[in-house]
Amino acid sequence: MLETKLLLVDDEEAFVAAMDKRLTMRNMKITVAYTGEEGLQKLGDDPDIDVVLLDVKMPGVDGIATLREIKNKHPMTEVIMLTGHATVESAIEGMKLGAFDYLMKPCDMDELVAKVEEAKNKKRTHQEKIIEAAGKDLRGRRGR
Amino acid sequence: MAGSGLPSTSNGYYRSLTRNMVLIILVVSVTPLILISGTIGYYFDVSYHAKVLEHLQVLIKKHKQNIDNFLNEKLADIGLLAKSYTFDQLTDEAFLKDRLTLLQEQYGRSFVDLGVVNDQGIQIAYAGPFRLKNADYSKAEWFTKAMHTEAYVSDVFHGLRGLPHFIVSSRQDYRGKKWILRATVDFEAFNSLVENIRIGSTGFAFILNKKGEFQTKPRFEVEAAKEPYVDFLKYDSTPLDDVVVLEKADDAGVEKIHVWSRLKNADWLLAYQQKASDAYAVLTQAQKLTIVIFLIGMGVIIIAAILLAKRLVRHIAKMETEKEMMNEQVIEAGKLASIGELAAGIAHEINNPVAVMVEEAGWIRDLLDEEDLKETANLEEFKRSLNQIQTQGHRCKQITHKLLSFARKTDPTIKLVQVNEVIEDVISLSQQRAMYASVKIETNLDPDLPKVEASPSELQQVFLNMINNSLDAMDSKGGTIEVISRVSGRFVVVDVADTGAGIPKSNLQRIFDPFFTTKPVGKGTGLGLSICYGIMTKMGGDLTVNSAVGLGTTFHIHIPVPALLNDGEILSKRV
Repeated sequence: MLETKLLLVDDEEAFVAAMDKRLTMRNMKITVAYTGEEGLQKLGDDPDIDVVLLDVKMPGVDGIATLREIKNKHPMTEVIMLTGHATVESAIEGMKLGAFDYLMKPCDMDELVAKVEEAKNKKRTHQEKIIEAAGKDLRGRRGR
Repeated sequence: MAGSGLPSTSNGYYRSLTRNMVLIILVVSVTPLILISGTIGYYFDVSYHAKVLEHLQVLIKKHKQNIDNFLNEKLADIGLLAKSYTFDQLTDEAFLKDRLTLLQEQYGRSFVDLGVVNDQGIQIAYAGPFRLKNADYSKAEWFTKAMHTEAYVSDVFHGLRGLPHFIVSSRQDYRGKKWILRATVDFEAFNSLVENIRIGSTGFAFILNKKGEFQTKPRFEVEAAKEPYVDFLKYDSTPLDDVVVLEKADDAGVEKIHVWSRLKNADWLLAYQQKASDAYAVLTQAQKLTIVIFLIGMGVIIIAAILLAKRLVRHIAKMETEKEMMNEQVIEAGKLASIGELAAGIAHEINNPVAVMVEEAGWIRDLLDEEDLKETANLEEFKRSLNQIQTQGHRCKQITHKLLSFARKTDPTIKLVQVNEVIEDVISLSQQRAMYASVKIETNLDPDLPKVEASPSELQQVFLNMINNSLDAMDSKGGTIEVISRVSGRFVVVDVADTGAGIPKSNLQRIFDPFFTTKPVGKGTGLGLSICYGIMTKMGGDLTVNSAVGLGTTFHIHIPVPALLNDGEILSKRV
C-alpha cells in the first residue's frame, strides 16, 4: 500500500513537532503548516495529499474557514478536524461542511491512525471511481 | 457588606421618607376632619344661638301677654264692679266688703282691699285688712293720674300701709262729680308672675317702670340705671308688641343676653337677662366634648400615622436590603457566568499544552517500543521530551492558577482601610523586583487621606497588579514608577504612572477585556486588569487609564469614600 500523505495544520508548534515525528514513524508522509493560509498553500503545492488534520481554533483564518476553502479547491481531499473541548460545535459545523470526522484533542494515536487510514481509503476509492468513470466516459466517447 | 443594618447613606433618606409619609397621612386625614367639624360646628353654633334667642323672645312675649292679661283682667274686674253698682251701693261698706269677699273667692288673694275715693282724694268707703277709711290720697301720685283716666294701674309703691303694692282703679261719674273705685293688688301674687320666669342658673325676669324702679323683686341684684333698657325706656320708639333681644357684655366683661318688652301701654318694661355662658351652656359643653373627641382623634391619627409610616418604611428598607443582597447575588451570578465563559475559553488554552504533553509522552512510548533504551541519542530525546512535558505542565499550571485567582473569593471582608498603608505594603513587596529591573518606585502620598471602606486583600491585589504591569511595561533600561494618592471629590484616587512603552490607542479599549494581553505567550494571561476592573467597579469605584506611546501609562484607581462618614470615629463605631 502507498504511504499516506498527510497535511498537519495547527498553530501549536510543539504539538505539530510531536505529531510529525509520531506519524512519520507510522509510515506516513507528513507536511506541516502552522496557519490556515500556509496549509492551503502546501495543499496547493502538493495536491496528492490524501488527508488533512486540521485544528479548529487557530489565529487568523480559523479551521472552519480553512476547511471551507479546502473543500472548495480540493474536494477530493479528506479533512479530519482536531478540536478542543469547547469547540465541539464548530467541529460539528465542520462535519456539515464535509469534513471526514473529528477528533478531540488530546487524541488517542491508534484511533487517529485508524481514522486517517479510513479517510485515505475513502479518498482513494473515490479517486479510483472518478478515474474509472472518466475512463468510461472516454471509452464511451470513443465507442460512439 | 457593611454590617447588617441599613446602608448609612440611606438612614437620612428613610427618616425623611417616614416624615413625609406621616405628614401626608396627617394632612389627608386631618384636613377633611377640620373642615367638616369646622363647618358643622359653625352652622350649629349660629343656629343654636338663634334658637336660644328665639326661644327667649317667645318666652318673654308670652309672659308679657300673661302680665298684660293679668293687669287688664284686674282693671276689667274693677271697671265692671264700678259700673255694675251705684256710688251709693259701693259706699256702703258692708256691700263693699261683700264684693271684696266675692272677688277674693273668684280670683284668690290677688285683691287685697277695695275702696271708694271721692274727687277730693278722701277714701269714703273701704273694705280690707287695713284701716284706711277716710285716708287722704289727694297728694298721692296715683290719685292724680287715676282721676285723669278711666282705668288706671299704678306703679308699685309702699303708700300708707308701708308694704309694696299697686292700685287698680276705675273712675266713674256720680252726679257730676268724679269718684274712683280702687283696689289693691297683692304684690306677691303679681310678683310671682314674673319671678317664675327662671331659666338655667342665671336667667331671671323683672319689671321696671319708666323711672327705672323695680316693680317686682329681681332674683339677683340688678342696677337698673346701668342696664341697656334704660335708654329704651326713655325713648320708646319701638312698637308696643316688639320683643327686643340684645347680647352685650357688662362692665365686668361678662357677656349677657338681655330680652325685654314693654308692658302696660309702655309704662312698664318686662326685662329678662341671662349670662350668655349659661344660656349657651349646652352648646359650650357640646363644643368642649367635640374638641376633646377631636384631640383624641388627632392623637390616634398621629400615632397611627407614625406607626404605619414606620412599619411601611421598615418594610421598604427591608425590601431594599433584600434587593441589594439580590443585586449582589446577581453580580455574583454574573461573575460565575463570565467565569463559565472564561472556563470554556481556557479549556482550549489548556487543551493544547495538554495535547502536546500527551503527544510527547506518546512519542517517548513510541521510541521505547521501537529502539534500544541504552542508545545515547534516544536518551537525549527522552530528556528533551520530558523537558517539554514539564514546560507545558508548568504553563497549564500557570493558567489554572490565574483562572482560580479570578474565580476564587478573595477575602471580601470590608474594613476601614488607610489606602496609603496598603500602597506602602504593596511597594515593599515589589521593591525587590523593581531593583532587578532597575526601576525606581517613587511615592507621593497625601497624609490627610480619609479612610475608605474596602477589602484590604482586594485593594492589595489591585495595587500589586498595577505595579507589576508597570514593571512589565518598562524595558531593560529601567525607568520610574510614581505612585500618588490624593482626594478627588468623593473618591480617594491612586495614580500609578510608569515611564514605559505606553499602550497604543487601538489596544486601549481592550486592556480590561479578559484574556487580552500583549505580553509574550506564556508570560501573561490577560486576566490581571480585567480582575482589577471587576474589583473596582464592584466596590463602587472605577479604574481608568491614560497612556501615551513612548511616554508611559498612568492608571487611576478611584476608591469611593463612604458618604457622610469621612470622620473615622463615627464609622469605626459602626463597623
